[in-house]
Amino acid sequence: MLCATSRLLAAGTATAPPAQPRGRGPGARCRRRELHFPGHPELPPGDFLLGRLARPSVPAGRRVTLRRGRMPPAVGGGPAGSELRPRRGRAGIEGAGAVGPDVAAEPAARSPKRPARGSRCIEAAGRWTLLTLVTLLSFATRFHRLDEPRHICWDETHFGKMGSYYINRTFFFDVHPPLGKMLIGLAGYLSGYDGTFLFQKPGDKYEHHNYMGMRGFCAFLGSLLVPFAYLTVLELSKSFPAALLTAALLTFDTGCLTLSQYILLDPILMFFIMAAMLSMVKYNSCANRPFSAPWWFWLSLTGINLAGALGVKFVGLFIILQVGWNTISDLWHLFGDLSLSVVTVGKHLTARILCLIALPLTLYTATYAIHFMVLNKSGPGDGFFSSAFQARLSGNNLHNASIPEHLAYGSVITVKNLRMAIGYLHSHRHLYPEGIGARQQQVTTYLHKDYNNLWIIKKHNTNADPLDPSIPVEFVRHGDIVRLEHKETSRNLHSHYHEAPLTRKHYQVTGYGINGTGDSNDFWRIEVINRKFGNRIKVLRSRIRLIHLVTGCVLGSSGKVLPKWGWEQLEVTCTPYLKETLNSIWNVEDHINPKLPNISLDVLQPTFPEILLESHMVMIRGNNGLKPKDNEFTSKPWHWPINYQGLRFSGINDTDFRVYLLGNPVIWWLNLLSIALYLLLGSVIAVAVQRGTHLPAEVEGLSQVLLQGGGQLLLGWMLHYFPFFLMGRILYFHHYFPAMLFSSMLTGILWDTLLQLCAWSLASSFLARGVYMVGILSLLLGTAYSFYLFHPLAYGMVGPLAQDPGSPMAGLRWLESWDF
Amino acid sequence: MLGFLKRPVVVTADINLNVVALTAVGLLSRLWQLAYPRAVVFDEVYYGQYISFYMKRIFFLDGSGPPFGHMLLALGGYLGGFDGNFLWNRIGAEYSSNVPVWSLRLLPALTGAFSIPMAYQILLELGFSHCAAMGAALLMLIENALITQSRLMLLESVLIFFNLLAVLSYLKFSNSQKHRPFSLSWWFWLMLTGVACSCAVGVKYMGIFTYLLVLAVASVHAWHLIGDQTLSNVCVLCHLLARAAALLVIPTLMYLLFFYVHLILVYRSGPHDQIMSSAFQASLEGGLARITQGQPLEVAYGSQVTLKNVFGKPVPCWLHSHQSTYPMIYENGRGSSHQQQVTCYPFKDVNNWWIVKDPGRHQLVVNNPPRPVRHGDVVQLVHGMTTRFLNTHDVAAPLSPHSQEVSCYVDYNISMPSQNLWRLDIVNRESDTEVWKTILSEVRLVHVNTSAILKLSGAHLPDWGFQQLEVVGEKLSRGYHESMVWNVEEHRYGKSQEQKERELELHSPAQMDVSRNLSFMARFLELQWRMLTAKSDDSEHKYSSSPLDWVTLDTSIAYWLHPRTSAQIHLLGNIVIWASASLAMVVYVLLFFWYLLRRRRSICDIPEDSWLRWVLAGALCAGGWAVNYLPFFMMEKTLFLYHYLPALTFQILLLPVVLQHVSDHLCRSQLLRSLFSALVVAWYSCACHVFNTLRPLTYGDKSLSPSELKALRWKDSWDILIRKH
Repeated sequence: MLCATSRLLAAGTATAPPAQPRGRGPGARCRRRELHFPGHPELPPGDFLLGRLARPSVPAGRRVTLRRGRMPPAVGGGPAGSELRPRRGRAGIEGAGAVGPDVAAEPAARSPKRPARGSRCIEAAGRWTLLTLVTLLSFATRFHRLDEPRHICWDETHFGKMGSYYINRTFFFDVHPPLGKMLIGLAGYLSGYDGTFLFQKPGDKYEHHNYMGMRGFCAFLGSLLVPFAYLTVLELSKSFPAALLTAALLTFDTGCLTLSQYILLDPILMFFIMAAMLSMVKYNSCANRPFSAPWWFWLSLTGINLAGALGVKFVGLFIILQVGWNTISDLWHLFGDLSLSVVTVGKHLTARILCLIALPLTLYTATYAIHFMVLNKSGPGDGFFSSAFQARLSGNNLHNASIPEHLAYGSVITVKNLRMAIGYLHSHRHLYPEGIGARQQQVTTYLHKDYNNLWIIKKHNTNADPLDPSIPVEFVRHGDIVRLEHKETSRNLHSHYHEAPLTRKHYQVTGYGINGTGDSNDFWRIEVINRKFGNRIKVLRSRIRLIHLVTGCVLGSSGKVLPKWGWEQLEVTCTPYLKETLNSIWNVEDHINPKLPNISLDVLQPTFPEILLESHMVMIRGNNGLKPKDNEFTSKPWHWPINYQGLRFSGINDTDFRVYLLGNPVIWWLNLLSIALYLLLGSVIAVAVQRGTHLPAEVEGLSQVLLQGGGQLLLGWMLHYFPFFLMGRILYFHHYFPAMLFSSMLTGILWDTLLQLCAWSLASSFLARGVYMVGILSLLLGTAYSFYLFHPLAYGMVGPLAQDPGSPMAGLRWLESWDF
Repeated sequence: MLGFLKRPVVVTADINLNVVALTAVGLLSRLWQLAYPRAVVFDEVYYGQYISFYMKRIFFLDGSGPPFGHMLLALGGYLGGFDGNFLWNRIGAEYSSNVPVWSLRLLPALTGAFSIPMAYQILLELGFSHCAAMGAALLMLIENALITQSRLMLLESVLIFFNLLAVLSYLKFSNSQKHRPFSLSWWFWLMLTGVACSCAVGVKYMGIFTYLLVLAVASVHAWHLIGDQTLSNVCVLCHLLARAAALLVIPTLMYLLFFYVHLILVYRSGPHDQIMSSAFQASLEGGLARITQGQPLEVAYGSQVTLKNVFGKPVPCWLHSHQSTYPMIYENGRGSSHQQQVTCYPFKDVNNWWIVKDPGRHQLVVNNPPRPVRHGDVVQLVHGMTTRFLNTHDVAAPLSPHSQEVSCYVDYNISMPSQNLWRLDIVNRESDTEVWKTILSEVRLVHVNTSAILKLSGAHLPDWGFQQLEVVGEKLSRGYHESMVWNVEEHRYGKSQEQKERELELHSPAQMDVSRNLSFMARFLELQWRMLTAKSDDSEHKYSSSPLDWVTLDTSIAYWLHPRTSAQIHLLGNIVIWASASLAMVVYVLLFFWYLLRRRRSICDIPEDSWLRWVLAGALCAGGWAVNYLPFFMMEKTLFLYHYLPALTFQILLLPVVLQHVSDHLCRSQLLRSLFSALVVAWYSCACHVFNTLRPLTYGDKSLSPSELKALRWKDSWDILIRKH
């Protein structure tokens, strides 16, 4: 259908040929969907590797996804189409009446005469045996030496710590959504970890703490990737060798193995991505029986897994895009199928909206609900959130607090920027360094609660202590001219015509004066947004601006991080541009004034949607804040597919137990080659089809698998890889692994197809079998051997570094950039 | 043979008076009082300095765009006889008499004027009526923002011109594809498409989006060509090759040509030299070339060298040491080795000199014949003025505690032996025995004992380090990074063994004699890379805006204010046109999807040929708008209203398309049609009225009273300048 729309661009070319009857039309599509071969009934047991070659031959003109063997028609003499049956679930219950009439009507459709029932049983058993074998091997590799090393590796320090936070129910902030860490916490909790380990830094020994539950959980999910990939490729290509090859690539990849063995988010993320992919493919193959139980099952499972993927990391969005694209093109097909009424199409649409939008959204929101419910104690993440939010956390000074409602002179206050993740107005005894504005006390914003965030609000023209009981309480009103005195250092908030440290054309803000005596540059007009002059100012709820009286600029925070001299706190400036942005709007958070009556803060409790929105804003800001610095070596997306450089998980010196995250170069470079080959082969076939070349029946079937199944995988790879080129945040090697899964699946399909094409082009069927067998086996054995070579990377090595010629790994340092 | 003599020579002129008239009014609107105001208006201050550089043939680096646009502006200056002597420092400054204002502004004005008949042609080629085509051109004519932008020394109108030219010539080409493939005009338009695309990219990087759009449409058409089975395979191949040559090869060559001409034009060294590598600087006349001219090429044992960091960020600098030592205890309580500091210093200084020494020998002079240093050799580096050895050891660096401290070894701390052996690693070597060459070789210095690599960390040292840049030994050799790579810039063979003489020698300027040239491709690649990575100044500007403000014209830019009266030039669009163009966009998209869905259910509301026209017009006009607008949402630089003008142009082209479609297909009766035409006429007169009202702000020729100006402030966000008396 893509061709159909894009052809419309050809306004000028009147000679554009009419739509050719290609296998894309609705009619052909329907028929195609009925013809699925769950297995290979004619095969003798043990001949799975040759599954494709020994298929019954079906005449040309039948555009089906099945591949045809090179068996001459004379070989098969059985009843026509006896092996062709409509798909009935995975087990494939066959009934004679279910044979499609059009299939039976093809006299040339022959299949070799074989005892059908017996072979099918054996074949089913064989299929399950293979799957079990693949799964077992995957589990064996992932769980082997899982407890080594017995110390924190790499990012375990973060995610293990966050798991502990869930067990301890302390509130924290992270740039990723909560599901992954919640699952880690749950796994730890169930396995008896008590959350007392501190997870301070990589290399710390676990000692008596039970960490195996969390690692085991991640390894369990990581092991499932292999059978998932196996099933996905099997479903897409209907070829056991392709599926086996994929499984071998993933099982024997040291990178996937390493990434699955530790307490990280990646195995969880990849699990959900692969599960979503698998259920989407399964659901696609149920398309001929819409609204049946398996159809609903796989559709809703896709939705659930999408929610899972997005709930672990935001890159889960890419698989959502892939499923979305698949759904849209699917709906487009249905919509163009004139045999379906609009109401039916509407039903299809509703089903997808329900399962792929409403269900995931509900689940995703639910994870946040659980997240906020579980984390109800104050912790290190408080300051990232707005004042109202903090009132929910027990242990926070705003929890169940009661403070005076209206701001009065003499109150001790903290002032918080309204922009998420900017923090409190802050000052400390350090001065701005030489050459950066005036050499006066620094004023910054700071995300954590601290005594240096406290300010006293005073009248601009008197220095009398307003807390003196003899003076009546006077409230601060909108439009008043005030002075803010820093409580710890007794310096006034001050600005002047000096350029701000980072933002050009803004003015510097400093702390100035001695014991509260400064000059007229300390005067600020306090204004409430959208209020009338003369109104009182409400704590927490009033949105205020502070306007510098002399220069007319507005106090704001640029959100930029100051260099070392400013303790990497955020810059505060006075901006001469009076645009109304959140950066220059503040609210009063803490408010201490013994002379005023307190009110309860419960009225301020934010609603759940507000918290949800707020936490997303904070996460997005946090993610954007992770910027690489100049002069620092950072991993670039183009490094990844070529396996340019790994990541050190543990150990630096030759005496350490070293684990190095690096893809198995044989597999990765094979993947890279496969993508290039795929593009080449795919475009050759596409051009041939567009030129109207009649492909031989065998090639036709193969090219369908290559273009459709392979196309989906290629899309997956591109969606999980190319967006990283556009990301400004700091990137790491392990970001490539979801894409690597897709490219491995593509490799499986591609090589299987290539070898079959090679075999097909050979004249003798014996030779063809031989070539195919040898090809697949050598690929399988080659990957296994390369794993044998590189396994120390994942399972850990001790001894001299590879750059030392005496090291056993020295010969494996194929690239100079690998430093294991 | 001489048959042509028998026939009379006949010239048949086929002149479309519409085009002539449109060109005439276009020229009138853009060229009228072009030299007024005789003062620097807004971004002229920015482009003007580059024109001066061209006139004086001084090398410069501008990260904002490729050089073709600047060169076109400079061409105006060249034709007007500009000598480049004007200080472009302030908006509003009066031009001195040597500045040929008229000819400098002529080229943008001409491109702006010719865009009008081109809009007419594009709509005709798209298959719409003369009426619609005239409409498009007339809308372009009275669009205030386009007029303002094209009457000044700015590049947007040039970009718009080439964008439209690319689209027009592609349409001409694809229309001649049906009847006369491979004819002369077919080749002409095909080639012109490629040329126009490359010119658009050459004016501003933004042009690449229109180029990609044209490429996309061309590849869809080519895909249909592949599917056309009436053509032979050879014929299809020829078609594809011709397209590839014209749309891929020619633009690449043209782009290279721009840089080639640019580098030929600016051959003198200038203020931006420092950003470029030593080799590049040496290829410019004057500057570093004068210093390095005559240096010996091969670094030998005993050579005196200065080492420049290749990465050069945050500032280009040279490896440096001086008498001062690292403080015993840093501010944060960590300790240091208390040895002599090694830093990177951004200025030329006698303390930047180092002597390459053979660890096995004691002498610091070059043998005769010189013994060259090769890749993989182990050397010591001796600081020229203090005769101390470059050293690193397992002590945390002052600001980067994960890396090793680099110092010049001072021999009073017995517990710390000297570790001053460095292995030379030439990064850009061709063979493993390559000799270390001045300027050309990029080397890494790998510490022999610890495998640490000498690296510029980019951090500024505190006061005790005189704010110089920190140099560290990077322990984890995390792949290749330019901050670890150094090259020899100044170099001479040391002659004096005695320290006193050597100091004198170091103070005297280096000279000897070899000349070397970088190939064009190397210079092009370096220049392009530096241009793309040059940090743009991301400070906010008073008139900067966000892309969302543009569609609704919620922002404006004050370009110029008369020094005494309140006559001013203000970038403001014709708000009627902006609003209706956006509306047309929405109508187009809705109708398009409506038709698309209906066609999918085999209900055809409009005939096939008009549907195809509708889709092609949408792909080019709506697509042109989208590709020229949406990318701005992902850009992090400071954005201004004028960035929207290329997108707006395409949107204006879509407006008559939608109007004609509504009138032809949606107005069922003749009465409705007449009514609709009347509405369109009324709407157009309304747009004319707005144009006329805003005209004083567009041309800046009439001083309005404060109350009149206040009345023009239709939106609160328009910052029209009102003088207070």
